[in-house]
Order: sequence, then structure tokens, then C-alpha cells
Amino acid sequence: MKVTIDGIEIDVPKGTTILQAARMIGPKVAPPAMCYYTKLKTSGGYCRTCIVKVTKGSTANPTPMPKPVASCRTEVMDGMEVQNFTSPDLLEARKGVVEFLLINHPLDCPVCDQAGECHLQDLGYNNGSVKTRYEFKRREFDMIDIGKYIKLHMTRCIMCFRCVKVADQITNNRVHGVMHRGDAAEISTYIENVIENDFSGNVIDVCPVGALTDKTFRFKQRVWFTKPVEAHRKCDKCSGKVRLWFKGEDVLRVTARKDQWGEAEDFICNDCRFEHKRKSDWVIEGPSPISHHSVISQNQYEHLNEKEVEILKHQKALGFMNYDKRP
Amino acid sequence: MGKKLLIHNDHVPNIHTLDVYRAHGGYASVEKALKTMTPEQVTEEVKKSGLRGRGGAGFPTGLKWSFLAKPEGVPRYLVCNADESEPGTFKDRYLMERHPHALIEGMITASYALGARNSYIYIRGEYFYVHRILEKAIKEAYAAGWLGENILGTNYSLDLHMQIGAGAYICGEETALLESLEGKRGNPRIKPPFPAIAGLWGCPTVVNNVETIAAVVPIVNNGGEEYAKIGVGKSTGTKLISASGHINKPGVYELELGLPVEEFIFSEEYCGGIRNGKKLKAVVAGGSSVPILPAELILKTAKGEPRLMTYESLGDGGFITGTMLGSGGFIVMDEDTSIVKNLYTFTRFYHHESCGQCSPCREGTGWMEKILQKFINGTANESDVDLLWDIQSKIEGKTICPLGEAAAWPVAAAIRHFKQEFIDIAKKKKFDDVSHYSRLNKNVVA
Ligand SMILES: Cc1cc2nc3c(=O)[nH]c(=O)nc-3n(C[C@H](O)[C@H](O)[C@H](O)COP(=O)(O)O)c2cc1C
Ligand code: SF4
Ligand code: SF4
Ligand code: FES
Repeated sequence: MKVTIDGIEIDVPKGTTILQAARMIGPKVAPPAMCYYTKLKTSGGYCRTCIVKVTKGSTANPTPMPKPVASCRTEVMDGMEVQNFTSPDLLEARKGVVEFLLINHPLDCPVCDQAGECHLQDLGYNNGSVKTRYEFKRREFDMIDIGKYIKLHMTRCIMCFRCVKVADQITNNRVHGVMHRGDAAEISTYIENVIENDFSGNVIDVCPVGALTDKTFRFKQRVWFTKPVEAHRKCDKCSGKVRLWFKGEDVLRVTARKDQWGEAEDFICNDCRFEHKRKSDWVIEGPSPISHHSVISQNQYEHLNEKEVEILKHQKALGFMNYDKRP
Repeated sequence: MGKKLLIHNDHVPNIHTLDVYRAHGGYASVEKALKTMTPEQVTEEVKKSGLRGRGGAGFPTGLKWSFLAKPEGVPRYLVCNADESEPGTFKDRYLMERHPHALIEGMITASYALGARNSYIYIRGEYFYVHRILEKAIKEAYAAGWLGENILGTNYSLDLHMQIGAGAYICGEETALLESLEGKRGNPRIKPPFPAIAGLWGCPTVVNNVETIAAVVPIVNNGGEEYAKIGVGKSTGTKLISASGHINKPGVYELELGLPVEEFIFSEEYCGGIRNGKKLKAVVAGGSSVPILPAELILKTAKGEPRLMTYESLGDGGFITGTMLGSGGFIVMDEDTSIVKNLYTFTRFYHHESCGQCSPCREGTGWMEKILQKFINGTANESDVDLLWDIQSKIEGKTICPLGEAAAWPVAAAIRHFKQEFIDIAKKKKFDDVSHYSRLNKNVVA
């Protein structure tokens, strides 16, 4: 099926969503996605940041769609035409969504462990306003311990429901769910019930903000002062393929490996995540590929993969150098 | 007197019992359909009747039925939406309370047309006493053989189940209703798939409003064409209107679609004019979510034609100068009513009822309420009017279900037609509530 997004055509298999098609084209047309997660069934559709404008439904039925649609939950039709970054109205609408996500967010980035790898920071930076128009008291919740490894700081939650889907689909014995309604809704473990499950730690990786954090890492270090490295070990519960976050010779944190879109490549078990914090536990593969846009790549330009550096050098030679891409 | 088809036996004592209902021609549509018609023929009559959904959206019922997927070996369901929670709407309650067998009869005939072996009535939690009335009526119907195995000796069997909700407005949205019926949290589903393809327990399902289902009875009895003769254009048949507010005779009225709005408000047969000799200020014509219209625009369209009680006439002028028939919750406001306060009340409702799944509705409804609260407190600024306008525009059309729109439209319409009231409060830094309600009860002011 042929679909055109922001003027770029691509051929995709039937059943592909607009978001997936846009990601196939690349970051220059891919909408931001805060709640969709490729590995989690029924995720997406909630946050509304990935909305796009369908200006032509399909070749068979060219009528445009009357409202913006959630690209993560809308399948492409043959001949569909979509606008994302090329539609000023759509960008204005998305700015509205981002504002809604931010009005009740505490904006406590200076003390939040997620800062530096937070999708809400990126989203706000790329699509938000500099000033807030919200003048009321922001919503607050008490912090909850989800077992001995995970902290739930609900005040920061954006209700993407990814963690609920993890609890539902990856762990058995689900105790983690949603209580209450509307803006009083909260992610809960039904009163601090421990998720005693080998894979519960994955809720930390899927959380786009600092609402779910790793208690073994809390307040240890700003992420941009740590150095990510790909490593593996033999594990009988998961693939054992992880990312280690070093400070000097110390492993401060173990996470799943994230792809270009910030999604875990493989979910990992709690054993690997929380119980193996010695360098000698792991076989080190090499530096992690971190986007050079990310603050995490600060002081670590040597990790840009060779090909990318080559392209950049080539561009520089031709005088095309984009300022913020300079190696 | 207009023709009545749904509550024409209102005056008959004990019409809520099976015997009396039957003696007045009840269950004839079941006999006719099961014994002389195929399911397709029943659907065909409903198509011909031009009946449109009475739950709010006005979608053609026959068309909805014909979309129902019919895969071999998969059950199909009819679900009656009796969640009626839209502020200003209380017509389904009236029908179920007084004419429970009319709904049950409609359920049987409609279920036969759709090929449903099990059907459901999902009833609003606060209607527990109506639930009891219906329960009793269903028992009577089972005992008399109108429900259960081999109805009237045919090979059609139907079981009718009732489920009582827990009092959430959102469970009136059809997919949230299905979730709730399945025993889950009442969150609207992301569509597609639509219920006609994958509804209750993933099976093809039709969800219809109480009044829609009850209207199937006269349609089958008299024929679709006869039904279509009542009304104007694409607004066929009769409609129950629940009239409330500052009128002399609030209540539920059945009227022929096409009745002039002016006649409905001022004639003795219907609302009987504005109470205490006051002047008409504004009307919310179809339940709290439809745009409010000032007196001059509800009585006449922008073109100067008399406004009629039809889907088309009320919709004339789009949202700039028109509104919607909606669910038929007709709220009349006199000259002393504060539009700002009314809007505050509505907005507080939507904020309270948002399910919280999608960001614009979850966050936006609460934000709008807080700003409106400033108007009530007399602390709002003029710029707050523009901010409200901007927030509603950013909710509308960006949500999973139409509750987002239902929250945004009243705000947009109040500002569109009554902006000066907002500005005055902001300028004076004081909210003077002169409404009858507040005079009666001073400390109710929020
Ligand atoms: C927030 C919300 C609340 C609703 N509440 C009701 C309700 O209480 N009763 C009802 O019949 N329809 C309600 N609806 C409309 C239903 O989703 C659905 O359109 C209707 O039941 C279809 O029946 P109809 O075609 O017979 O009108 C509601 C819709 C929304 C978005
Ligand atoms: S805690 Fe995190 S993952 Fe869970 S819903 Fe909130 S933001 Fe999403
Ligand atoms: S629009 Fe409101 S009620 Fe509807 S799904 Fe979204 S949050 Fe829930
Ligand atoms: S990513 Fe599509 S709605 Fe959240």
C-alpha cells in the first residue's frame, strides 16, 4: 500500500499504522508517541501526541478525515495522504495536547532521575510553549513503593498506561492497575501490593517520564554523567542483553537496550536488572549507540558510529554542516 | 393534538402490568414479526421508517442494523442503552417507569430482526427503582412465554438480561457501556473496530437507545411507510422530549417531529410558557452537551424561518447559529438565568465524568472548570474568556470519545452567544447571581 506522509511516499504492507509508516520513512516525518509501545498490545491511542491530519483517505475514497487521528492506532489505506510537520493547524493542535500533558506535571526535572532521558522533556522542548498558562495548583499524589525495587511517583505520571499493559501482558498475578476516574485517576498497585514478578522492572523502562524509577539508582547520578555500554550475560529468564550505565568502573544501573524510538529491544528480568551490578557479571560488547541529539551523548562523541562520523565529515567538507549536528 | 406512538396509553391505569398492556394491543409487534415476517423484513421496515437513533447522535437505525456483521457460528447481541445520564434528559426513565413492557416488546422484535439469542438492557445505577420495575415486567414476560425458549411456538428463542451500572455518565458511551457490561472499567474503546463488527465479548453488537428500541414497536405494527409519514423530511416519527427549567409545565412530552419550537415552549399543550411571566433568555435544546442558543435563535433560524423540532431545523446554521436535537433534553432558561453559572455547572459535570484516558479531556475539562470557578468567585480577567475559548478548541476533535466534544461545545456556544456576560463579570470583578435558584437558597452559590 502506498502512503504519502509530509510529501514523502512509501510502500508498506497492509495493516501498517500511519505511525509505523512514518517511522519507516524516518525521524523527519515521524510524530512523537508517548503512549504507544510496539511491544505492548493495545497500547496507544491515549495521549494524542501522535495525531496527524489525513488529507486524503485513500485512492478509493479520497475524502479527508474530519478530525485529526491518532497515527499509532490508524491503519494506512492505499493512496492515503497524511500531513504531520507540514500542517500548521496540526502542529497547533499538538501543541495543545502537549500543554494538557504539562499543566499538571510538577516540572521537577532538577530532582527527577528521568531528566535527560525523559520523553516529556523532549516533547515539551520540541512542541511546547516557553511559558505556562496554567495558574492553579497542580495535582499531587503520595509516592508509593512498588516492592523493594520500584518507586511510583504518581505526581509525574502522564497516564500513558504502558506500565499497566506491561503488568497485564508480561507479568502474571496482576495487581497493578488504574483506580479512580478522570484527572483523579491514578496508577496503583491496589494499596502497595508488591509486584513479585521476574519482569516487573520493565515498567521502569516503558515509563516515558520519571513516574516509575529504579530504587537502586534513585538520586545516584544524573544520567548524562553516566556512560552507557551494551553488555550481556547468560540468563535463563531473559535474553540477558542489557545496557549498563557506568560511572567510572561502577555499574550504577542496568536497563533494557532502547531503539531509535526509545523503546526496549528486549524486556529484561529483574535478576539482570537489579541483582547484577558488578562489572564482572557482564560481557561488555561496546559503547551504546546514543543519538547525538541526546544530552546523554554529551562528552561522548566518540560513540557516534563510524559511518555517521564519516557522513558528517563529508557534509562538513561540502560546507553543509548543520550547527547542532557538528561532531 | 399530535400523534402519540410511545406513551399514548399514559392515562391507562396499570399499563405497566402485562395484562393491561396486552389488553391495549401490547406484544402485537412480536406476534406479527415472529409469525409473519423474516428478520430481514423487519429490518427493511425499520429502514423504510426513517427512524433515527434517539440516544443523541441521530444515526439512521435501519442502516446501523444492516451494518451488523453476521459471521457463521458467532453470536450477535442487541444491547439497550438505558444509561441516560445527560443532564436535562429523563425521557427514557419515564418510558421505562410507566411502560416497561413497551421496551421489552421492542427488545424482542428488534432482537429477532438482528438474530440475537441473548440481549441486554444496561441501566443507569441511579435508576435502581426503574430496574426493579423492569425486572418485574421481565418476569411477567417470561411467565407468559414472551421470553425464553421457542417464543409463540416458533423456533425463535431469546433471553433478556439486565445489568445495572454504577452511576458513571461515560458508561452511556456505547463502547464504554460494552466494557462495563463485560465487567471491566468503563473506558471507551478506541474505534475502529466498531461494535457492529466487534462489540460485546468481541461479537457483532448493536447498541440502541431505549426510545429507539421502543419505536420499533409501532413501526412493525403499522409499517415503516406509515411511520415515515409523520414528521418532516428526514426527521420522521415522534420524539420524546424531556422539558425542564423555567417553564410552567416541565415534564416528558411526545411530539411529532416538525412541531415549531415556539409552539412547544409557549402552548398550553406542552411547556405552557415561561414561569412567573418572565421572558425567555436561552434554551439548551438537546441535553447539556449541545450548544446553547439565545431566545431569538432558538425560535427562528438565522434566515428568519421558524425553528422546528427536527434534526435538520435545529441544526440549521451549524454551530454558528444552530444547535442539535440531541437526546431531547430541552432546558429552558428565563431572563434571570446566569449563563456563566449554568456553564460552570455543566463543565463541572464533564470534569467529574471524564474517564481520564485521553489527555485533552482528562486535563482540559478540569482546567476549564477552574477558570469558570474564577468567574463565579469574581476573580476572573477578560483574558480568561479567550483562554477558555482556546482550551475548548484544543479539546474538540482530539479525543477518543465524544465526551471531549460534549465538554467543549457548551463552552464554545456560551462564549459565542453570551460573551458579554463573561466580560461584565471580569470587568466588575463581581458575580451577581440573580437567578431564582440562588434567591431561594443563598448558600448554594459555589
Ligand atoms: C459521553 C456519552 C454519553 C452517552 N450517554 C448515552 C445515554 O445515556 N443513552 C444513550 O442512549 N446514548 C448515549 N450516548 C450515545 C451512545 O454512544 C450511542 O450513540 C447510542 O446509544 C446509540 O443508540 P441510538 O442509535 O439508538 O441513538 C452517549 C454518548 C456519549 C459520548
Ligand atoms: S507511571 Fe509511567 S508508564 Fe505508568 S502510566 Fe504513568 S507515565 Fe505511563
Ligand atoms: S474523551 Fe474523555 S471520557 Fe472520552 S475517552 Fe477521552 S478521557 Fe475518556
Ligand atoms: S502515541 Fe498515539 S495516542 Fe499516544
